[in-house]
Amino acid sequence: MDDSLRYILEDLSGPLLQGTIASLKLIACSVPFGLILGFAIAVGWVYGNRAISGLCKVYVLLVKGTPLLILLFVIYFCLPSLGLTLSPFAASVTGFIMCNAAYNSEYIRGAILSVRSGQLIAARSLGMGRFQAIISIVLPQAARRALPGCSNEIIYLIKYSSLAYILSFIELTGAGKMAATRSFRFTLVFSVVGLVYLTMVTLASLFFMWLEKKFAIPGFERSRD
Amino acid sequence: MQSTSILIESLPNIAGGLFTTLGLVIIALAVGFVVGLPLGVIQVYGGSSILTRALSRGAVLYVWFLRGLPNLVLLFLFYYGIFPFLGIDLPPFFVGATVLGLRSSAYQSQIFRGALLSIDQGQMHAARSLGMSRALALRSVILPQALRISLPAWSNEYPILLTDSSVCYAIGVMEMLTRASLQVSRTRAPVPLYLATAAIFIIMNYLGMSILRISERRWRIPGFGGS
Repeated sequence: MDDSLRYILEDLSGPLLQGTIASLKLIACSVPFGLILGFAIAVGWVYGNRAISGLCKVYVLLVKGTPLLILLFVIYFCLPSLGLTLSPFAASVTGFIMCNAAYNSEYIRGAILSVRSGQLIAARSLGMGRFQAIISIVLPQAARRALPGCSNEIIYLIKYSSLAYILSFIELTGAGKMAATRSFRFTLVFSVVGLVYLTMVTLASLFFMWLEKKFAIPGFERSRD
Repeated sequence: MQSTSILIESLPNIAGGLFTTLGLVIIALAVGFVVGLPLGVIQVYGGSSILTRALSRGAVLYVWFLRGLPNLVLLFLFYYGIFPFLGIDLPPFFVGATVLGLRSSAYQSQIFRGALLSIDQGQMHAARSLGMSRALALRSVILPQALRISLPAWSNEYPILLTDSSVCYAIGVMEMLTRASLQVSRTRAPVPLYLATAAIFIIMNYLGMSILRISERRWRIPGFGGS
């Protein structure tokens, strides 16, 4: 037991800390763009003309039907034949953004549809343009309603960031794998790695619970019971 | 033109992995159901005695643990760590199926928990007042309704497991992605082969969801939910 503790503190903590930082980098680079692209797809689906709306539908259908790992393989191994070579990090982030955006867009679309259409008409009758009405009337309300769903997706993203290891980007899981292969203490190492992920996931869900409360419009929150 | 011939040559091999992929999904769904249903029941109906309260707490912890870990870490933990430590020597396929199943059980238990909570408490009171035991009331009054209510949410486990099953690539299960990557390293033609693999997954996703939608309609409680 003492020996395990010393191993964790002396040999494991360094690589795992670096791995955690690498994982956080992946997540931090993916989340904002996943949200922005998700909003764009949802708005395109709901308000776009037939071509844009159809394009968004096909995108969501294709990306949601493809395993993320295959999406990563397509980006990392297939794009070079089109003359676009991405580093493992860039390929992973691209894949995470594409996947995250597809799932986010479903929640955002649902939230947009839940804002009553009379509001858009009212805004238009006040002289706002269509675009301005969507941006400043519909989306602020929709964003609040989409928050629980999107925060779930971001928590999924934290876990799926481990797939970057398969593209040979050394993040938390990869750092753990390398350390475990050297020391042959697989159970111990992966338990510690798991604990780090659990901590990240738990902290993220606490943060999103706080965020939901902070952004709730008084009188408009849905009752919890 | 060359990529077409590579595709024709390699596709049967990749598509052969479909059975492995579907095997993973079906075993995982079954394991998830068998483990997840009691976990859901104990979370809702546990708490009347010290033992069931402890089990209920345990279930919450189990769900938190399994939902908080990435699939890949769980696979490595079981494949390289826990199973060898316990002296269990399973082929990668069964390790993958077990891990996917246990993880799914955590998610499925929450689906069943939600469905059980949606059934009015009065039904349990009524059944008890008719002389049924709690277990009998659960089995013959509550569960037949709860299972049908949970079916739409439960159906979503299929596409999740289908796409997650490809992670078993990392421990060398010969499913579609593993076969595709072996074919790619042989033929050096990633574009047609990975795109074809993705297409097979998308088709399987669509087919499976269609079948599940039909079964939802088939077992829907008349007069309840949806149009």
